[in-house]
Amino acid sequence: MSTAIEIPYNSTERPDTGLYNAKLGVWLFLASEVMLFGALFSTYVLLRTGADTWENGAQIGLSIPLATINTLVLIISSVTMVMSWASLKMKNLGKYKFYMGVTILCGVIFLIIKSFEYAHKFENGIWPSTSTFMAIYFTMTGLHGLHVIGGLIVNSYLWGPGSKMWQTDPERFTNRIEVAGLYWHFVDLVWIFLFPVLYLLPGK
Amino acid sequence: MSDTHHHDVQSHVKTYIMVFAALAVGTLVTVLASNLHLGILLGIIVALLIATVKGSLVAAFFMHLTAERKVIYWVLILTATFVVVMIGLIMFSRGDQQGRQQGIFAVPQGHVPAHPAE
Amino acid sequence: MTEAQHHEEHHDELPFWRHYIFSTDHKIIGIQYGLTALVFLFFGFCLMLLMRWQLAYPGKPLPIAFLTKWLGESRMPGGVMAPEFYNQLGAMHGTIMVFLGVVPLAVGAFGNYLVPLQVGAQDMAFPKLNMSSYWVYFIGGVVMLSSFFVSGGSAQSGWTSYPPLSDITPLSHSLFTGQSLWLTGMVFLITSSLLGSVNTITTIVQLRAKGLTWMRLPFFVWAQLVTGFLLLLAFPPLEAAGVMQLMDRMAGTSFFLPTGLVVGGKALNVSGGGSALLWQHLFWFLAHPEVYVLILPAMGIVGEVIANNTRKPLWGYKSLVYSVIFLGFMSFVVWAHHMFLTGMGTAINAFFQTTTMIISIPSIIILTALILSLWGGSIRFNVPMLFALAFLPMFGIGGLTGLPLGLASADIHLHDTYYVIGHFHYVVAPGTLFALFAGIYYWFPKVSGKQLNEFLGKLHFWGSLIFMNGIFMPMFIVGMAGVSRRLYDGGSSYLHAQNVLVFNKVMSHSAWGLAVIQLIFIVNFFWSLFAGRKVTSDNPWESTTLEWATPTPPPHGNFLKVPEVYRGPYEYSVPGAEKDFSPQNEPDKKPGDPNNRGKN
Repeated sequence: MSTAIEIPYNSTERPDTGLYNAKLGVWLFLASEVMLFGALFSTYVLLRTGADTWENGAQIGLSIPLATINTLVLIISSVTMVMSWASLKMKNLGKYKFYMGVTILCGVIFLIIKSFEYAHKFENGIWPSTSTFMAIYFTMTGLHGLHVIGGLIVNSYLWGPGSKMWQTDPERFTNRIEVAGLYWHFVDLVWIFLFPVLYLLPGK
Repeated sequence: MSDTHHHDVQSHVKTYIMVFAALAVGTLVTVLASNLHLGILLGIIVALLIATVKGSLVAAFFMHLTAERKVIYWVLILTATFVVVMIGLIMFSRGDQQGRQQGIFAVPQGHVPAHPAE
Repeated sequence: MTEAQHHEEHHDELPFWRHYIFSTDHKIIGIQYGLTALVFLFFGFCLMLLMRWQLAYPGKPLPIAFLTKWLGESRMPGGVMAPEFYNQLGAMHGTIMVFLGVVPLAVGAFGNYLVPLQVGAQDMAFPKLNMSSYWVYFIGGVVMLSSFFVSGGSAQSGWTSYPPLSDITPLSHSLFTGQSLWLTGMVFLITSSLLGSVNTITTIVQLRAKGLTWMRLPFFVWAQLVTGFLLLLAFPPLEAAGVMQLMDRMAGTSFFLPTGLVVGGKALNVSGGGSALLWQHLFWFLAHPEVYVLILPAMGIVGEVIANNTRKPLWGYKSLVYSVIFLGFMSFVVWAHHMFLTGMGTAINAFFQTTTMIISIPSIIILTALILSLWGGSIRFNVPMLFALAFLPMFGIGGLTGLPLGLASADIHLHDTYYVIGHFHYVVAPGTLFALFAGIYYWFPKVSGKQLNEFLGKLHFWGSLIFMNGIFMPMFIVGMAGVSRRLYDGGSSYLHAQNVLVFNKVMSHSAWGLAVIQLIFIVNFFWSLFAGRKVTSDNPWESTTLEWATPTPPPHGNFLKVPEVYRGPYEYSVPGAEKDFSPQNEPDKKPGDPNNRGKN
């Protein structure tokens, strides 16, 4: 014998917590991501304070103009991401597709610029093994880049085949976009801290 | 959130645009500030301050934290506490080394040596 | 057609691989976790059985010819264990028991199976994520085990993987070295735990049945909730550290390699500037909360079994809840008591010593509440209860022996000796494992519809109790005599160890005796599964919690009708009630009954 399984609070909020399930789920996940990047930031602090000398970003060969563009690209993608969610709240699937498309495009641009940066370093014989600065630089931006890729996969799915859910369960689909957006904003947020710390901080 | 009316969302859209402008300005400011050669301590403080403001804007408005529920706040406060504990105690332990050279853990000035000279 | 109707129509028609292999039903997933974890536990146990030969009879060839032949000349040259192989066994025994055995069993199996049932839900909040969590765990386990078969063997720098040793053993950029595979496996396992904890926490917060307020939750659920937070927030720093160690090994970075390191007479060709202590901080930041992950679900199970078999409510429910929350929080600020001897200064040592002393308080409160729960009870000495009762003094010994370790000055003598091994094994083996056995014997009827044989169960219990003490009690003596842990020869080449070497034989023979006893359990388990006595009731233990208010075994969707909760979790022997237990989901018969008010 079997009964129908319907997990409650996927589309509507549970009254006493005021949350739908995926929203709590994604915030919990983001909390764990804060601990992950926090550990990497603490590594940066420890390695830097323990070093006799530490160059600034430009001295070590990082390109501030490219990274600034990347920062703006991610910020734009954050705006378009939240706009895509707002479009669904206003019941406009066409606008949602447009804004989500731009978000994905921005993510791709970010990765392209990043790959230029990496390639340029490798060509000049600068590898993670070159110094602890480059080690933490490649690890932090690399891990961040993997998170961007993950976000792009999810967003692309929600732009493409996943958008079919709009026909059958629009509230739940809108919630999915909100949740994907929270993840994407977090990825942007990490970069907002990575950029000044790695590229702009003065050396010693 | 799912009962938000159409015009509420419209006013949110205006907010998003303004936040975007603030973030773009903040980005340019932080790059310009790094060119000012403020010295190490001030440079770090300014950079982290601007980043914190930008990050708070993203969290507050794009991630809707201003209107979020208590449960979420508590999860984040707990997390922030543990991040501070993790970074703080690791740095504290680095600063409180016993008296000897240990690679990157150089002896701070004025520290009592573990084995006073016999 | 809604998704729910769609699901119902198709669930019964799911092909075998969707129904049993890639199931999204939390009960099937729980069973998958349980069976996999039990296999890993047995395998990890076998590694130790092998090690104990070398410890009892150092340098003597193993008298089991087929085993020696199968292990081969590189691992057992002339039948005698090679030191590198001993180290591999040691590192993998710890890793497998903790990460592939106990946590998946306590959290993945018991947590997954019981939490949705005990909160009155139809499944976990994210069933597909749940399924993924299991398979990621499985892959992580396979990767870990595969490390035995690569050249150089498996990880061999302890389950703690301290650099620089772990960075350079062996000195190779290849992914296919034991240590690098260990790190890769850990990334999978950590990911699985993270996703699982998101599921557990969301399920408990969001899917509680109507009337199931926070202070009506079974203590087991509270324990799983706190455990979820520990996994969620403590694991990521280790994931970061694991990635960094992989970078050190494969990309030549120096996160953990100090400047000027010399290996085998040659200066290492790396940038240097790293910190070996950084690894220790990040590792123990996880690994201390991890030990509370090992014990909290066990305390939860013991609470359930004790309440049920004393026919009275748990003593001090509120104290239990607040203590377990406080314990979870404190577990994040004690980690460097594992690092007292690394050269940290007196101020930081004093800080961690203080927090460590403080954290013993909630542990003691919980243990005391469980002990006081026995007072005045009508105690039924069935097999689950025997294990739960034995847990109390065994965990007591484990906890008390932790105190000298938490005091920095005493730790100078005891650190890295067998005393430490005795301490933590008491907590995990006759502690957590006993609680998990109690849970298996207790919930086996609900999961399978059959009963485990009571006589074999009692044999299993008494044999395990005796032999576990035989293994671990001498460790305190041996440790206080100064014998270090992880010694390939068990201390036999040290003068200060000569008087206590006899205990090595005592411990080894006890371990082999323990192995024989576990065979009784294995036989009981499988025989009862297929040919055991059927239970005649859906609630054979006459329990109050919601998991028993289901058919046996519970179907997809768990409850025949949506449960509503009217009372707390342990309303046994309520004065004036018909039966000596009042299930949570049964309303009172009389409308004017004072019990109806449903106080917290």
